Amino acid sequence: MARSWSELLGDEREVAEPEAERRRFLGRLRSSLGRTRNAIRLPLGRFDPRDDESWEALEEALISADVGMAATDELVERLRRRRDFDDLGEALVEEIVAMLGEPGTLAVNGRPSIVLVVGVNGTGKTTTVGKLAHRLSAHGRSVLVAAADTFRAAADEQLEIWSQRAGADFVGSTKGADPAAVAFDAVSAAQSRGRDVVIVDTAGRLHTQTNLMDELRKVRRVIADRLEGAPHETLLVLDATTGQNGLQQARLFGEAVDVTGVALTKLDGTAKGGIVLPIAVELGLPVKLIGVGETLEDLQPFDPADFAHALVGSDAE
Amino acid sequence: MFDALGDKLQGILGGLRSRGRLDEETISKAMREIRLALLEADVNLDVVKEFTAAVKERALGQEVTKSLTPGQEVVKIVHEELTEIMGSADSRLAFSGRPPTVILLAGLQGSGKTTAAAKLALMLRKDGKSPALVAADLQRPAAISQLEQLGKQIQIPVYSSERSDAVKAANLGLAQARSQGRDVVIVDSAGRLQIDEELMEELEHVHRAVKPHNVLLVLDSMTGQQAVDVALAFQERIAFDGVLLTKLDGDARGGAALSVRAVTGKPIKLASVGEKLDQFEVFHPDRMASRILGMGDVLTLIEKAEAVATEDEQKEMEARMMAGEMNFDDFLASYRMMRKMGSMKSLIGMLPGVGQQLKDVDVDEREMARVEAIILSMTPRERKLPHVIDGSRRQRIAKGSGTSVQQVNQLLNARKQMQKMMKQLSKGKMPALPGMAGPR
Repeated sequence: MARSWSELLGDEREVAEPEAERRRFLGRLRSSLGRTRNAIRLPLGRFDPRDDESWEALEEALISADVGMAATDELVERLRRRRDFDDLGEALVEEIVAMLGEPGTLAVNGRPSIVLVVGVNGTGKTTTVGKLAHRLSAHGRSVLVAAADTFRAAADEQLEIWSQRAGADFVGSTKGADPAAVAFDAVSAAQSRGRDVVIVDTAGRLHTQTNLMDELRKVRRVIADRLEGAPHETLLVLDATTGQNGLQQARLFGEAVDVTGVALTKLDGTAKGGIVLPIAVELGLPVKLIGVGETLEDLQPFDPADFAHALVGSDAE
Repeated sequence: MFDALGDKLQGILGGLRSRGRLDEETISKAMREIRLALLEADVNLDVVKEFTAAVKERALGQEVTKSLTPGQEVVKIVHEELTEIMGSADSRLAFSGRPPTVILLAGLQGSGKTTAAAKLALMLRKDGKSPALVAADLQRPAAISQLEQLGKQIQIPVYSSERSDAVKAANLGLAQARSQGRDVVIVDSAGRLQIDEELMEELEHVHRAVKPHNVLLVLDSMTGQQAVDVALAFQERIAFDGVLLTKLDGDARGGAALSVRAVTGKPIKLASVGEKLDQFEVFHPDRMASRILGMGDVLTLIEKAEAVATEDEQKEMEARMMAGEMNFDDFLASYRMMRKMGSMKSLIGMLPGVGQQLKDVDVDEREMARVEAIILSMTPRERKLPHVIDGSRRQRIAKGSGTSVQQVNQLLNARKQMQKMMKQLSKGKMPALPGMAGPR
């Protein structure tokens, strides 16, 4: 169980990950989604496929998990087509896995590979950059992080602290500097120092702020001009407590900077996380990373099967 | 997505015009759409159920007023109920008779507490207070530094000498504010999950230590169904007085605000609406209601139309028009009715769907004002009997209204044309408009 970092990174040589750590991660994921899972499984207990109320109860449970109306309809439609309702919980897991698609990979094998990290304010971009840097270091990459969030007060300090924890190089900036210039410098520095991966942290911005989205486009363009094929990954950091607006975020960031995957954060409360379904179904955007806690180890590769099990699977496993 | 609900309701209920009352079946249909709209706006499911039940009860048997379609009528009821829920409590902050007044901000990570603290401080200073900020977020790396930099930017003192104990930091900050004669103290606490026992306990301790006069839950307007769990958990620990809604400048419909209001009974007091530190305002419940419904300002339009056109007025004017009469009194009355609804430009802006496309179209408001000026420069007799207006009267009217004789002539001609049209109409010469014509 659980997708390993080596799988996510496409590394042939497996770097052993402590079994205890994986188990702890799965445990946290299951406990975070516990209330949601119970709420979804409740209507399954006395489910009667001929009964409209049963279906309605299931729909409502899914909506309460932030799955949204359209993806709920799709999921229910898939279930109805199965006509076999012996183990509805298992059927639900299978359909959710199918909707989430193949587990993603992280394209960081070119030297250097550039990972651009974007998202709205307060989703946990800087923290995710820190944790990702830590993981990549642990998997044999030399990492450089760049503070291209030149807007939020003290954002670069926060990132510098993370980079020290992760043992990564740090390219800072001054407040109000051009974020594209910071990104440019970071790519150049990585090239001259022979670093493997550059992770570029950007300022949080609401997807509706057109001038700020233009600024982000420019950051991406400058990176692409500096290094062919870059950025190799553009990750949208999405707060798992987000409701239906998450879809809109994914859509608009996707249009602006070609997002390649989602990092789902803060799945450590009683977050619902159901928003990943409409994003996968309507935008075909894979979730690649998932964050379940505050420590450096709490960022993990997203595994559709694990997630589906934690969301709707039975507890007897 | 916006305005979709309005269109759908018009579709469902549009054919209902002939019937006078809203019946159960129609309302049930409408409620399904409203339920969907609210869920898409992230309103909590239980809140949605309760709400639609209440609206249904009220709408049942409601008479449809002449000026509205049944669809509009239902939307109006929904809107009134939403506004009622969101705005029926006092949204002001409490100020202590013995300063300093203490305001404690709490919430999840990333909800926007630190920025909101600075924005609130700036707003209070504009209101004549002398606020101070206390950094009690000792969890997030560089959170203190962020608050210090924000404080420097707006030139409001930040107290941050204690760096390891949140309760001490809050106490110390409060003491410093007191000794420096600050009358409002805003305490920025660390973001925490409502299920993090340790940090929730710390928050309780901070709360007990500073005895805040206002405790505000800072809530991201993009929050999904979880908002209710979060609010209830915080309420249990620190009994917050109200909500500070952040990131409202995005396109989230903000159903979380409604859910929290409905479940905790605590009002939304303040809203953060932009990147800049002065983009912060007192919460407007009616605007939020329209936003959650996704109706643009179509509701405002409904209300205004209702307010200006009393039925009697309409009937009287209809009768005069039917008789083919259109003097300048009528002209002015109909014209003012439109003016009462707002400027042409704002009216166009309020039309769902149309507003965006036409927002750059230049409506000459001055032209409209000129018409009014000309009519007002006429004597009552001239208005009633326009044919008496001869050349010298025209010159006088032009002078009085600051226009030219030409412009006065234009208006006189316009009235003549309209009167002609009315006459033809009343004689039944325009069969293209059935129902309006015909001899009486």
